[in-house]
Amino acid sequence: MQNAFREFALDGAGSPAPDGALPAPGSAFRWAAASRPRTLRRVWLDTFDWRLYRAGLTLEQVSCRGRTDLTLTGRDGTVIAGEHVGPGLPGESAAPRKSAGLPKWPGKLDSLPPGPLRERLGPVVGVRALAPVAKAVSVIRERPALNSDDKTVARVTVDRMSVSYPARATPPARLAVTALRGYQPQAVRLADVLAAAPGVADTTQSALEAALASAGRRPGDYSGKINVELTPAMPAAVALATVLTALLDTLEANVQGTVHDLDIEFLHDLRIAVRRTRSALKLVGSVLPAGLASKYRPEFKWLGDLTTPTRDYDVYLFDFPGMAESLVAAKPAELQPFHDYLARKRAAAQRQLARGLRSARFSRLTVGWREALAATVPGRRRPTAAAIAAAKITRAHQRVLAQGAAITAISPPDSLHDLRKRCKELRYLLEIFGSLYDPGEQWQAVRELKGLQDCLGEFQDTQVQYEKIRAYAAEMMAERMAPATTLLAMGEIAAGLIVRQRRARSEFGGRFSDFASPLSQSRIRALTERAGK
Amino acid sequence: MKIFASYNIKGGVGKTATAVNLAYLAARAGYRVLLWDLDPQAAASFLFRIRPRVKGGGKALIEGTRSIGDAIKATDFDNLDLLPADFTYRNLDLILDNAKKPTRKLRRLLTPLRAEYDIIFLDCPPSISLLSESVLQAADVLLVPLIPTTLSVRTLDQLTEFISGFDGQKPRVLAFFSMIDRRKRLHLDIAEQLPAQRPDFAATAIPALSVIEQMSVHRAPVTVFAPRSVAARSYAALWAEVRARGALPAPRGRSVS
Repeated sequence: MQNAFREFALDGAGSPAPDGALPAPGSAFRWAAASRPRTLRRVWLDTFDWRLYRAGLTLEQVSCRGRTDLTLTGRDGTVIAGEHVGPGLPGESAAPRKSAGLPKWPGKLDSLPPGPLRERLGPVVGVRALAPVAKAVSVIRERPALNSDDKTVARVTVDRMSVSYPARATPPARLAVTALRGYQPQAVRLADVLAAAPGVADTTQSALEAALASAGRRPGDYSGKINVELTPAMPAAVALATVLTALLDTLEANVQGTVHDLDIEFLHDLRIAVRRTRSALKLVGSVLPAGLASKYRPEFKWLGDLTTPTRDYDVYLFDFPGMAESLVAAKPAELQPFHDYLARKRAAAQRQLARGLRSARFSRLTVGWREALAATVPGRRRPTAAAIAAAKITRAHQRVLAQGAAITAISPPDSLHDLRKRCKELRYLLEIFGSLYDPGEQWQAVRELKGLQDCLGEFQDTQVQYEKIRAYAAEMMAERMAPATTLLAMGEIAAGLIVRQRRARSEFGGRFSDFASPLSQSRIRALTERAGK
Repeated sequence: MKIFASYNIKGGVGKTATAVNLAYLAARAGYRVLLWDLDPQAAASFLFRIRPRVKGGGKALIEGTRSIGDAIKATDFDNLDLLPADFTYRNLDLILDNAKKPTRKLRRLLTPLRAEYDIIFLDCPPSISLLSESVLQAADVLLVPLIPTTLSVRTLDQLTEFISGFDGQKPRVLAFFSMIDRRKRLHLDIAEQLPAQRPDFAATAIPALSVIEQMSVHRAPVTVFAPRSVAARSYAALWAEVRARGALPAPRGRSVS
C-alpha cells in the first residue's frame, strides 16, 4: 500500500453519509462495497517546543482492534519508523486486555523500547519529553475503486474525526485517494473526478493539522524566542510592555512542565524568560510607568534564585555521561556515588522549586505583573522604541568594547565575569528589540558577540563547576557518602575543568578581536541606525 | 529475502494454484511478497485480475532497459504484489541465451528487490530449458507439486539429479503431492508411503478439488472465497510446512486479518 497522493476536505455538501457513500467515480471506475468501519484512537505526540513538527516529522500513536502502534512519518506521509507498543486502549473493544504495557505520556524517549523508532527520534527530541499535542477518534471507511476487470486500482478512505484534545471539535471529513502500485494514472483520473464533485476541496493539511485547526490551535505555536512585532515608531513603554508580556507568556507556559518535572528544558526556558525580564527591567525599565520596574525587580530576582539550584544540578547531571567518559585515570563506575548524590540533591531542590511555583507569592507576581503590563500607557515624554533601542544598544555595545579592551593576560577572573554580564545585556537588548531589525542583519550582528559569549561562558561555567565540585566533595565527605575512589575521580574532573578554563582564557584574545573588529562594530551601528528610518 | 519457485517439468500439476495460494497466505501472515508470473499463459496474472502486459516485454526486463520495479503491480491484497506475465515470455529462453551468464540472470535481476520484499514466489512455465535453469539457480527453495504416479516420482528424481550437478548455490527441493484423487488407490498408496520415506517430501498433500478449479471463476486465491474449505485448509497446512522448512524469520509487517 502506498501513501495517499491526494487528499480532500469535505464540506457539508460533499460530506459522506455514515454508510460511506461517495461522489460517483466516473465512467471508467466503479466503487466496491465499503469496508467495515474501523475506529482508530489517535494520539499525536511532540515535544513542548514542537521539535518533531519543525523537523517535518509526525509521531502518532494509533490504537485499533486490540493493538497499539507508534508510527513516525515524514511530511509526505512516508513511514520512517514504527513500533508495536502494546495492546489496545481499555474500552476500545469488548475483549479484556491490559493497558499496562502502553507507554505513558508525557514521557521520555527511554519509555520506548530500543529500536529504529527510538534511534530516529533521539537526535530530534533530545532531552525533551514527548507529550500528546492532539487526541482524536477517527472512524475510517475504505472504498476500493475498481476498473472494468473488477481489479482495485485505487483506495479511497473516508476519515470522520472527532477531536477530544486540545479541545472538543469535529473537523470536516477527510477523503484520501491512494494509488495501488502500478495504477498511478488510473488513480490520478479518479482523483480528478472526485475533485470536481460539489463540496470536495483539495487539502494540504495533515490529519494532525486539521485536528489542531478545528480545536483552535496550530502546530509550532510555542517557541522560546521572543515572538513579537514591534514598530520603530511605537512608544517605548508600549513596546517594552509587549515584549515583557510575551516573556510572561513563555514563563507561564513552562510552569506546569517545570512543576511536574517533565524534562529539564521547561525550567531552562522559564529561567531564560526570567533572565530576559530582569535584564529588560534593569536596562530599559525606566520607560515603564514610575515605580513599576523597581517594584517587580526584587520579585523576579526571587524567582530567578528559586530556580537556580535545580538548574545547577541539571547541568551537572546532563554533562555527567561526558564527564564520566572523559576520565583517564579513574573508572567511570567510581563516579556513581557522585551521581547518586547529585540526583538526591536535585530531587530535594526540585521539590523546593515546585513549592515556590505553586506559592501564593508566585501567583501574585504573575497575576499582578500581567495586569500592570496591560495597564501600561506611554508617558509624557513618549520616546519611540527605535530611539530607546538605539540608545541602549549603543551604550551596551560601548561598555562591552571598553571593558573587553581593558582585559589583559593578568586581569583577574572577575574582570571576565563582569564582561560576560555586559555581553549578556547587549545580547538581551538585541533580542528584546529584535523585531525592529532585519533578521539577516541581526544575525550578522550577533554572530561575533555569540562567539565571544561562548568563550566567556566556558571560562565562567568551568570556574563555577570547579568550585561546586569541590563543595560537593566536602559535603559528601561530611555525609560519609564519598569513597576515596569517588573523590579521586571527582578530583580528576576538577582538574579537567581547570584545563578547559585555561583553554577558554587563551582563546579570549582572538574572540574579542573578532568582536571589536571595525566590520563587526559597523554592523551593530548600522543595525541601530537603520531601524529608526 | 527468500525465493521460492513453484516448478515442475510437467504442466497441469497445480504449480500456479500453489504459487498463488502460498503467496497470498505469506502476505496475509505479514510478509512482503512478490509473485512473478513467468508463464506466458498468464494464469496467475489472470487470477489476480492483472492484465498480462509488461512494457517492453520480457526482453526489456532481462536486458535491464526497464526496471523490474516499474513493472510490478499491486494486487488487491495487502503486502502482495505481482510482476505480471507477458506473452513475450515465450521467448525468454532466446533472450536469456543472448545474455551474459544466463543461468544466473534471474537471481541478479531479483537482487535489487531485497529491501522491498521478504519473499518472492516464481510461478514457472512447465519445461526444462534455459529459463528453468535460471529459475533453479535463483531459487532458495523449489516447491515441486507432483501428481502421485510412478512417472511423476521419476521426474522428481531426474530433477534432483540435475540440481546436484550445479556449481555453487543449489536450491532445496520440497516436493508435495498435488491433485490427489481419493478415488484412486494408486494415488492414495503413493501419497501415504513416499513422504514418510523421503526427506524432500512435505507431509501435506493437496487434494484434487473443484473449489481449486473455481479459483479461475472467482479470480482469487481459494482462501479468499472459500476460507473454510478443505482446499483452503490444505494450503494453510502446506504454507505452515513451507514456512517451517524454509526457516523463514518472523515477518516484520503486521498480519492481515
